[in-house]
Amino acid sequence: MLRYLVAAALLAMGSGAQEIPQAFIGARVLPITGPPIANGTVVIHEGKIVAVGEASAIEVPANASRHDLTGKVVMPGLVDTHSHAGDVEGGDASAAMHPEVRVLDSINVRDPRIQKAQAGGITTSNIMSGSGHLLSGQTLYVKHRDAKAIDELYIYRDDGSLAYGVKMANGTNSRKDPPFPGTRAKSAALIREGFLQAVEYRDKLAQASEDPTKVPPRDLGSETLIEVLEGQRVVHFHTHRHDDIVTILRLAREFEFKVVLQHVSDGWLVADRIAASPHVLGASLILIDSPGGKLEAKDNRFETAGVLDRAGVLTGFHTDDPITDSRLFLRMAALGVRAGMTRERALYGLTMAGAVMLEMEDRIGSLDAGKDADLVVLSGDPLSVYSQVLETWVDGQKVFDRTDPQDRLYAEGGYGAGQERLGESALRSIVEGEYQ
Amino acid sequence: MSRATRTAGVLACLALAGTSAAQVAVRGGMVHTVSGTPIEDGVVIVEDGKITFVGPQASASIPDGLRVLSAEVVVPGLIDSRSTIGVSGYLNQRHDQDQVEGSGPIQPELRAIDAYNPREILVGWARSYGVTTIHTGHAPLALVSGQTAIVKTRGETLEEALVKPLAMIAATLGEGARAGRDKAPGTRAKMASMLRSELIKAAEYAEKRGASEPEKQPERNLRLEALAQVLSGEVPLLVTAQRAQDILTALRIREEFDIPVVLDGAAEAYEVLEQLEAAGVPVILHPTMLRSQGETENLSFETASKLFEAGILTAIQGGYEAYVPKSRLVLFEAGVAAAHGLGFENALRSITFDAARILGIANRVGSLEVGKDGDLALYDGDPFEYTTHCIGVVIEGEVVSEEVR
Repeated sequence: MLRYLVAAALLAMGSGAQEIPQAFIGARVLPITGPPIANGTVVIHEGKIVAVGEASAIEVPANASRHDLTGKVVMPGLVDTHSHAGDVEGGDASAAMHPEVRVLDSINVRDPRIQKAQAGGITTSNIMSGSGHLLSGQTLYVKHRDAKAIDELYIYRDDGSLAYGVKMANGTNSRKDPPFPGTRAKSAALIREGFLQAVEYRDKLAQASEDPTKVPPRDLGSETLIEVLEGQRVVHFHTHRHDDIVTILRLAREFEFKVVLQHVSDGWLVADRIAASPHVLGASLILIDSPGGKLEAKDNRFETAGVLDRAGVLTGFHTDDPITDSRLFLRMAALGVRAGMTRERALYGLTMAGAVMLEMEDRIGSLDAGKDADLVVLSGDPLSVYSQVLETWVDGQKVFDRTDPQDRLYAEGGYGAGQERLGESALRSIVEGEYQ
Repeated sequence: MSRATRTAGVLACLALAGTSAAQVAVRGGMVHTVSGTPIEDGVVIVEDGKITFVGPQASASIPDGLRVLSAEVVVPGLIDSRSTIGVSGYLNQRHDQDQVEGSGPIQPELRAIDAYNPREILVGWARSYGVTTIHTGHAPLALVSGQTAIVKTRGETLEEALVKPLAMIAATLGEGARAGRDKAPGTRAKMASMLRSELIKAAEYAEKRGASEPEKQPERNLRLEALAQVLSGEVPLLVTAQRAQDILTALRIREEFDIPVVLDGAAEAYEVLEQLEAAGVPVILHPTMLRSQGETENLSFETASKLFEAGILTAIQGGYEAYVPKSRLVLFEAGVAAAHGLGFENALRSITFDAARILGIANRVGSLEVGKDGDLALYDGDPFEYTTHCIGVVIEGEVVSEEVR
């Protein structure tokens, strides 16, 4: 709790520009973009990574706060490309496609699942609405800072716009009674019609550039789809079955949109086709403990991770929280290793691959000077069941500390772990004027 | 294709089993007997399906011609102490879901043996990771959903798999028992009252059935007959209760009727350790990685360790899942518990020896001891490590899996 207040105070100060540098010393450092460093030093300052390298090669600033992490492991914060943390909702039952709907209008930042994501070492998530629609809404890319309101989780792109994608789905989840599609062919037809409508709207806007009286009324949905058509937004496409995957490749070719394939249970059956598509940014996998649970996931296998990676598909992972627990995200990659993916590629899949799929590879996903200071301190090998996340840092702020009782509650579970963080003690501190 | 290959492999093993293949020697860099101290460079010899030798290689004399398997780590075949696989299938379609019958809240007469499908993919899946025994049956989805049975993860018919046809009767207190709108039971108090009423009815029935004059005996009633076996102490009532108050309700009913109760789920068990210890009730704990939501919102990765510390007989289960994944593996669930306070030895114990004790089958399985069933699981490292593989599985001396999983 106390730490929460400190974090809130720092946010109140603005950019945290007054902080002193933090130096992480003595740990085994996994930069991801380079080989592991047995005795590494990482220096962060003002929310950015300042230096990473062999202890002997890095000069720690004299005023730095030093963290001795001998015997520990430091790696970049994990990137979850598909999460429903925040108790989210997207479009309703009135239509199969809701490109105008923003998930950011529904996220509860105090949802305990957000705290649990911090406890799992996740620093960036793509929070999405569900797969019960062909297009359930706009997603939101978030940093897992401590936050009182959703805007504190936002990520801004270089042009000042918010970072997010669009959630789509095919297969069985989005098949229902009208106005939803009843078949796979109808699903594809509705998606094509939706994009064609946006193309028409874009043409009208272009024609109106010389005659302002012809400007069509604003259409929020088409505006979003135009961003997709112009490559400004990535489509995160829920898909399982091999033929549904190929349908997405066909649609992406027709409308030239950028797509991340999400779940991709049958990906191992069509790995070469995925690899050959210029529209696919990557495949983000969920590996489940046994096949099935639904028809489309009957061939979900741990082997998919290695198969796709070796086929040349950029391969990452996601929690699909609450389908798998954010605190166990590292485990997902380890299961990929169990079935043939290399350790290096699995760790890349948890970090850089996700960064690329969210088009933030210049800012997150590896420990490189100049990138955001998002990192995880682990008690040992990230792919061992026995390792624990000890600390999680986002933008240079510690957001999870296993020695903090409240943080530990979310990490391990127990009475109250299913409730929002701000409880009675927070109310007291607000009443007493300590909480800003 | 892989399924076909696997089936073919299993068939081959079964064919061999028909002859004299129920014998094998297994060498382990480390053999965890669970009942005793681990043996470095150990050997387990199985003949006619039973273990005939467990000890260091130096003192072993492996009979000529015996097939010899080797692994870094050898443990007793794993036991899933609470599952529904075989009764529920992996496709999760209406035709492969027999874990609950929706026509009524109390149906203890429903037998697991009349639903169990030994060819279910999830049974083979569990086997390939080292699970050799499962306690499976009706799910925690009704006040009294039906019976459970104990099977080995082998065979193509029930008879080949069966260990115990009626293991327990599954009851639920809490969300799983809540019936639909305007149906009973709709509340926790109603659940308890309905369960108590039915037990009273069964007691009266049992008494009347015991009448000396046949004309005074009531007609056979399968439902009350089943519950009478609980009342007589022959069959434990397996009570799924996640919330602390539901656990205490289970203990209250146990005391009132003096019946054997095994607790299932028990997400908030850490809140009532003293009561559990005083009652001496064993706990088949929820899967460690079960979703924490609804009535399991307070579950903890550390509950298993707290139960062990309190001296409460505890097993970790694979459990029931309604969605993805359709089944959890006790190997993985115990591994996460091991890493959260339970430790390697106790975690292994919770899915072997202690599971067997709770299920009443410790005379046959759960540890590597001479005279017990030759059920073994072989791994190429610490079985609980995410990146270790199960490389062999033996059931009563038959090599039933050599997949690398």
